[in-house]
Amino acid sequence: MNGKILEIENLTVSFDGFKALNKLNFSLDSGELRVIIGPNGAGKTTFLDIITGKTKPTAGQVRFKGRNLRAYSEHQISQMGVGRKFQTPRVYLNLSPRENLELACNRVKSVWNTLIRRSPIAERRTVGGLLETIGLDHKADMKANLLSHGEKQWLEIGMLVAQSPDLLLVDEPVAGLTDEETERTGDLLLSLAESHSVIVIEHDMEFVRQIAQGQVTVLHQGSVLCEGLFDDVQRDPKVIEVYLGQDAEHVEGTAQDAIRAELAS
Amino acid sequence: MTVQASSERGGIDWVKYRPLLIEAAIVGAIALFLILVLPALLSGFRLTLMGRFLALAIVALGIDLIWGFTGLLSLGHGIFFTLGGYALAMHLKLPQPPGSGLPDFMSLYGVTELPWFWTPFYSFSFTAVAVVVLPALMAGLLGYVIFRNRIRGVYFSILTQAATIIFFNFFNGQQQLFNGTNGLTDFRTVLGQPIQNPGIQTSLYVLTIVFLIVAYALCRWLTSGRFGRLLVAIRDDESRTRFTGYNPTGFKVLVFAISGALAGVAGAMFTLQSGIVSPNTMNIAFSIEMVIWVAVGGRATLVGAILGALIVNFAKSLLSERFPDIWLFFQGGLFLGVVLLLPAGLLGWGRTQGVELYKQLMGQRRVATYPSLEEDPEVEHERKNLGD
Amino acid sequence: MAASILDGIFNGLSIGSILLLAALGLAIVFGLMGVINMAHGELMMLGAYTTTVVQRGFRLFGDGSPLFDFYIFFALIAAFFVAALVGLALERGVIRFLYGRPLETLLATWGVSLILQQFVRSVSGVVTASLIVFCLSFFGGMWVLKKRTNFEQIRGWAIAALLILSGVLARVVNRLLAGAYGLAVTQPWFGAQNQDVTAPGWLRGGIPMGAYQLPKTRIFIMALTILCVLGVYLFLNRTTWGMRIRSVTQNRNMSACLGIPTQKVDALTFALGSGLAGIAGCGVSLLGSVGPNTGQNYIVNTFMVVVVGGVGKLIGTVVGALGIGIADYVVGTGMLANLTNNEAVEGFFRFFATTSMAKVMVFLLIVVFLQFRPAGLFPQKGRSVDA
Repeated sequence: MNGKILEIENLTVSFDGFKALNKLNFSLDSGELRVIIGPNGAGKTTFLDIITGKTKPTAGQVRFKGRNLRAYSEHQISQMGVGRKFQTPRVYLNLSPRENLELACNRVKSVWNTLIRRSPIAERRTVGGLLETIGLDHKADMKANLLSHGEKQWLEIGMLVAQSPDLLLVDEPVAGLTDEETERTGDLLLSLAESHSVIVIEHDMEFVRQIAQGQVTVLHQGSVLCEGLFDDVQRDPKVIEVYLGQDAEHVEGTAQDAIRAELAS
Repeated sequence: MTVQASSERGGIDWVKYRPLLIEAAIVGAIALFLILVLPALLSGFRLTLMGRFLALAIVALGIDLIWGFTGLLSLGHGIFFTLGGYALAMHLKLPQPPGSGLPDFMSLYGVTELPWFWTPFYSFSFTAVAVVVLPALMAGLLGYVIFRNRIRGVYFSILTQAATIIFFNFFNGQQQLFNGTNGLTDFRTVLGQPIQNPGIQTSLYVLTIVFLIVAYALCRWLTSGRFGRLLVAIRDDESRTRFTGYNPTGFKVLVFAISGALAGVAGAMFTLQSGIVSPNTMNIAFSIEMVIWVAVGGRATLVGAILGALIVNFAKSLLSERFPDIWLFFQGGLFLGVVLLLPAGLLGWGRTQGVELYKQLMGQRRVATYPSLEEDPEVEHERKNLGD
Repeated sequence: MAASILDGIFNGLSIGSILLLAALGLAIVFGLMGVINMAHGELMMLGAYTTTVVQRGFRLFGDGSPLFDFYIFFALIAAFFVAALVGLALERGVIRFLYGRPLETLLATWGVSLILQQFVRSVSGVVTASLIVFCLSFFGGMWVLKKRTNFEQIRGWAIAALLILSGVLARVVNRLLAGAYGLAVTQPWFGAQNQDVTAPGWLRGGIPMGAYQLPKTRIFIMALTILCVLGVYLFLNRTTWGMRIRSVTQNRNMSACLGIPTQKVDALTFALGSGLAGIAGCGVSLLGSVGPNTGQNYIVNTFMVVVVGGVGKLIGTVVGALGIGIADYVVGTGMLANLTNNEAVEGFFRFFATTSMAKVMVFLLIVVFLQFRPAGLFPQKGRSVDA
């Protein structure tokens, strides 16, 4: 578990001329938990899209465990060991939590294997354990569309774990959760980080403070603005600038203040 | 679908297999009823219709597999149905023994030599395989070129529809090869027996039922395990399955091919019983009709597909006999009505509102709560644990 | 050689312009709402029938009279409004309940197309009367019942009961009228046979171009297509409603948040698309007779135009339609076979050199094309696509 698990060099993605990511450089050590923050439109979700193979880079490359990901499609990347949790929970609504987890837990995901082989006892035990961990054991056999938002978030995290990936990509895991649920989610992520490499994208600064023990990366306009410990990043004037708008001293005229006032009201 | 629940406990015991055995017993009883009792109840004409409609129920199962479970609306099953029919009809049209002449229609167009691809159809066993494999291959190929590019949703429907019209044109245009618009008809013997012989017709009827049961068992197996759940997962959120590590293309191609094979078998049985196969079953309307059978019965329920095919087709034959001029109004209304008012189909309605209605009629009033207390597993859980 | 190329281009463009005219409305509706309207062909058919009706009306002035020669312009306008109104009713009555469920919409509009086909076959005095009675009693009944406070509880029953009641009522009226007036009211207006449309005098014949005659009707249709495309382009890009339509096409939720009445935009767009289908039907009626199945001949091809052109950009539809038209003509007439000396290749192209086999070839070409451009010629890009 030593060395870099993910290396990104000079990554650029453009949609019809608009650069969602611009010459981005990034690397992640094995076993590291990294939090990525950044204002809206900074390219955070595109960043995950690139790693998971949903979008292909316009220039630059992404290496996962040393292999360039460009030639692989989503399911291959996933089988290599990249798991992703989406911003809005995406679980299979017409399946029960148990079935959702069983699908994710399946080790050999070929057509033939899925068709012929029954899920082994070991996998079913894993699923049972996971259901308890995410607190859905008594709702294991009802359809997932009857779950609440928070339960769906947890189910999706559970699916992620069931996949047992080496790298977990988690996109805003606490959006729409209560404070208590948020804290439990944080604990869950921290315990996952003991055995996995994790990238968490988050807006909620309280939550970031809870889980960010190591480095935090700030994205802005498609590039890395700065990296460092959370407390340092928080004090960085550049970061304050992109989050709060330009420093008032540099603003001539009051138009921008007016806009800011309006936004605040 | 409830059968699976008991298998979670593991270990081989009778409890585990009981639901499956009960289901098999019910299927067997219905089959016996269809084979032994029904011929005594229905007139000869209606019984022939029943035989044909049971063949159509097989293709309805195929549609249900691809649309009800996997969420792919195929408007091209007419192709596979007709291909199965043609494969069998080509065998029936070839004079036995091999080399003793050409199919009768060919002389009309001045064909003197048997086209090469007709030759293998002298063999009955080749034909029997071709009835299944040919439509499956065609479906697999069509599915592959569409799915590999992640073309889906209405685009898939439109492309399959276009494929239907293309096949329709192709078979219509090839008089010398397939007798064009007229299709292949006027079959005399099957396996050396005269095809009009009542004994043969009865055995065809029984054979159709056997095939329907096999098709049902196959679909039941496909949809109940992990494979079936993945199909539902693809229907719910296809790109999510990619991020979980599955490649949906292979699954979709396989299930589309199986569905095509079922349509091929149905087409062959239908052709045998109706005595004709022509490009007409590849018109656009027929393929969409198949979808509405499933929609009426209730999609993603196999029994619903079979029931829907039987109900709609009997309704069609009754109504179009009595009111030939306004049958299309009924059919159009059926499409609208099912989609707008009965989206879960008859079976789905019966499971929810139907049960409710029955309770209401029996005088059981229940308090409406949201979410309803009867179905809330937390309430259920507590009830069990508190042991009230 | 040059002449045959010119001939190929002209005829191809001619076929393509008909396709384009037919696909224009479909592409707008599909682009905006993601709705595949299977009844689009039938809306064209209604436009064509409107043309025959207008023509019958103008016959009263005498076949040779100068006024008759201009019936086509009235027919165009009438066809637009008839189809637009039917489209509006379709959107308000059916499609708006099915947004976000494109496959169901497809099935429902197919039902509508069957009903419309049968409608023109059997429409007659009594049928119209019973239809009016049916609508009045059903919707009137719903209107009355909706005022009850417990409407939501009895909704299912109310619909079922009203459907049966209105059906019986309509049937009774039907029987009574038919008994009282006989053939005068039961005779279908059009029947199942095809209706003939005669082009006005100034559109008959052709313009000589070298050795060829360019039929005037085809030139008229091309001009009509150009006008329609221009009109749609200007409407979408230069008017307020056009801008609203484009904004809803790009981001429905955001538009709604900005106060754009998306429901009105939907209805308007659908009516516009349907109206364009009506105009297309009017144009098509000049090419031959008009029957209940007229629309069916066009739908698959127009869908292919949308698939090839991609969604959301007018230029895609234009290029797609003209490309398919030219490919269709070039393959269908065996021009490719004449170009080569290789016997095998020539035989191959000869095999596809009929109208129906050309469609087979063009479909194969489209499938091959989709292997390289699965989202069509001019796909939309960005994060929002394919969520």
